[in-house]
Amino acid sequence: MTLDLRAIGLIAAAAVLYGLLPARARGWALLIASTAAIYLFQPALPIRFSDFILPTAALLLTVGAWWLTRRPADPAQQASRREDAVSFGLILAVVIGLSLFRFVDAPYRLTPSRPPDPLALALAIAGPIAVCAGGWYALQKRDLLRRRVLVAGIAALAGVFVALKAEPLAIALSGAWRGATGQDVTLASLADLNLLGFSYVAFRLIHTLRDRQVGLLPVLSLREFVTYVIFFPAYTAGPIDRAERFAADLRALPTLRAFDSARWSEAAQRIGAGLLKKFVVADTLAQGLALTPALAAHAEHPVTLWLLLYGYALRLYFDFSGYTDIAIGLGLLFGVRLPENFNRPYLKTTLTAFWQNWHMTLSSWARFYLFTPFSRWLLGRERKPPTALIVLSAHLLTMSVIGLWHGVTLNFWLWGVWHALGLFAHKQWSDRTRAWYRGLNQTPRRKQAWTLFTWALTFHYALLGWVWFALPDPAAALRVFAGLFGLSVGG
Amino acid sequence: MTWRGVFRILLKAALLFALANVLFAALNPLEALGSLSLYNRLWPGRERLPYGENPAQSYNLSLDNIPAMLASHTLSRPKAADEFRLLILGDSAAWGWFLTNADTLVGQINAAAAHTADGRRVVAYNLGYPVMSLTKDLLLLDAALASADPPDAVLWLVTLESFPREKQLFPPLLQHNPQRVRALIAGYGLHLDPADPRFVQPDFWGQTIIGQRRALADLLRLQTYGLSWAATGIDQMIPAEITLRQSDFEADVSWQGYDQPTALTADNLALEVLRAGVARAGVPLLLVNEPMFVSAGTNSDLRYNAFYPRWAYDAYRTLLADTAAAAGWRYLDLWDSIPPDEFTDTPVHLTPAGSAALATRLLDAVGTLE
Repeated sequence: MTLDLRAIGLIAAAAVLYGLLPARARGWALLIASTAAIYLFQPALPIRFSDFILPTAALLLTVGAWWLTRRPADPAQQASRREDAVSFGLILAVVIGLSLFRFVDAPYRLTPSRPPDPLALALAIAGPIAVCAGGWYALQKRDLLRRRVLVAGIAALAGVFVALKAEPLAIALSGAWRGATGQDVTLASLADLNLLGFSYVAFRLIHTLRDRQVGLLPVLSLREFVTYVIFFPAYTAGPIDRAERFAADLRALPTLRAFDSARWSEAAQRIGAGLLKKFVVADTLAQGLALTPALAAHAEHPVTLWLLLYGYALRLYFDFSGYTDIAIGLGLLFGVRLPENFNRPYLKTTLTAFWQNWHMTLSSWARFYLFTPFSRWLLGRERKPPTALIVLSAHLLTMSVIGLWHGVTLNFWLWGVWHALGLFAHKQWSDRTRAWYRGLNQTPRRKQAWTLFTWALTFHYALLGWVWFALPDPAAALRVFAGLFGLSVGG
Repeated sequence: MTWRGVFRILLKAALLFALANVLFAALNPLEALGSLSLYNRLWPGRERLPYGENPAQSYNLSLDNIPAMLASHTLSRPKAADEFRLLILGDSAAWGWFLTNADTLVGQINAAAAHTADGRRVVAYNLGYPVMSLTKDLLLLDAALASADPPDAVLWLVTLESFPREKQLFPPLLQHNPQRVRALIAGYGLHLDPADPRFVQPDFWGQTIIGQRRALADLLRLQTYGLSWAATGIDQMIPAEITLRQSDFEADVSWQGYDQPTALTADNLALEVLRAGVARAGVPLLLVNEPMFVSAGTNSDLRYNAFYPRWAYDAYRTLLADTAAAAGWRYLDLWDSIPPDEFTDTPVHLTPAGSAALATRLLDAVGTLE
């Protein structure tokens, strides 16, 4: 079950039952639902049990990250000990409970395929738990070591991310796994390790580990932490919330008015808008109006290529922002106000503004954890590089990571570099033309014309960037660039 | 907003939706909507009728809305003053199964840039459709004549598989257009059952927006795939490797439920549909017995190919020739005019070379239709 119309309807219906729960039970209900959702949303995978093992691994990773980010000496953390034990027990119960679908016929199963044996699963989970428990005990009073482990945790998460998203590594991993289960190794593919939602999980976990390292992360109970990382409305398509903001909403749940008409009508409007954007506009554009690799290979005329590229840009926006609207609406039904992710990005007049309004939670994550620290590090060096070089390097690093977050491929990286260069160029331009731009205020018509020009320029720069994003390899992307400008068309 | 306000909005929305559904069911605007098309305006017209089961790859889809099918076709363009308009009717062989538009019979005829004796350009239009039923051909001819500029001549490619009376109403295109088919049955005295249970006659709820959502989605998809068609010129997935038609057969002479040779007559073959077509065309019509694969493999003394045992096909050819002669129809029998190697996956689907050879033969015949 993906986040399709049926799932959205079921979740909305569940929100009514949620409203009927005692106030104190709401947080627990979200933990249980989110834990179950990562299994229910997961698509079936070809390697035996992998569509159960991978979500379980993500869950263990999340629990492990919580363990690392705890502040054992903090009274607030100590106060949540009992709650944490109950949370852990509930999570285990959900996982083991779902594994019992092993004994249920396929049509009645909620899991994507037949789960592994519950006993074997319990034993397999016990191993990592014992390691974590031992590690926690060792680290409890050794702060320096704990900080190093946090860094190692971030590196390990990045490593897992790359292993799952980079085709050669994923194929090697999948091949080894297939070999171990006696399945055909030659069929190993990237899709074998498609753990739904992991891109978001990884970035949320990195955020918590890093914030704990620098002391910014507040004390979170296991229930708050796990619910934040895998909150079911935002699990498949974001947004990437911040833990402290999310926890504040969770802590306010007991005082939430269950059937607040203003909240419910706002949620309904967001869900309605999202459904329209995703299932009407985006899905219609996907029916032959948006660029695909196959269309790009056969398109015969620049005009049709441009039209397909416009279609692709609109489809991407309506698809993604539609899902975000649905996630925000569903979150509201459960009393959690997820952050906005899109604010009319295609209407912005600079590339910087575009990135402040396109996938806002990812771009602010990257700004917070990559751009700013990296720029500061360069600025703080004894032999400080030229400012322009610092800006360019920071943009290249940030946008490369944003690109590779979508998939570890050359094309996604080139898309990131394309935007890094654009952002750098805009920064240089705006630094040099600030006075001239202020002067435009004196002549409203010229300012209007300039605004129109900069909008068209920004939009088309972002639009051309989608060529890298849409096509599987640089050669195909270059063919499309040539085709768009009538230089060379067709395959 | 209060709950009262929320319920008021929901109630109004529900009422408006119900009203829209009732109006839709009462007006039944699907065919009128079908004639609104972006083709021949924003997108170039399609060169053959829409048909396809995998739109994401072929940029084409099957639908039952005949006005929409015709509105998407180049046939809907106004006829030029110097144009000799030639309609080509038939099954998948005429439509061009596993052939690009340039390689279809119509593509090859148009590529020849032929002119009539009085100097008009011969422009052929592909009205083939990949199902086998003479009544389907008649239905499309009737709809095309009603909606587009009149042709100057018609070529109607037929084969025995399109004749059995039981198969006439089998195609979903016919079953989903019962009023049109019943009008043909009544208008031309066809010996087909106007109350055939296979006709799809939706009830009131089936005619609402909800009931017709699939047909509405198909209309929309036909328009959106127009851009992909315009961009690529692709309207069919042609595999790199085509599995060739069968050449060796079991010792089996059965055909269409007849286990033994049986007399073929107007009782079991719908010959009156041909008469209706000739009458409906109103312009010179050439009936063509289309080429087929003639096997030299195992048991080829019993069967010509996977479709036809020799007894059935020979009887059909004799009957068709006699009927055409008696009725004074223009008739051309090209049954074995194409070499066996020029057939692809079925006994009637041609290679590009086979299609070109057939086009040459037919262009020669077009001169007799002027």
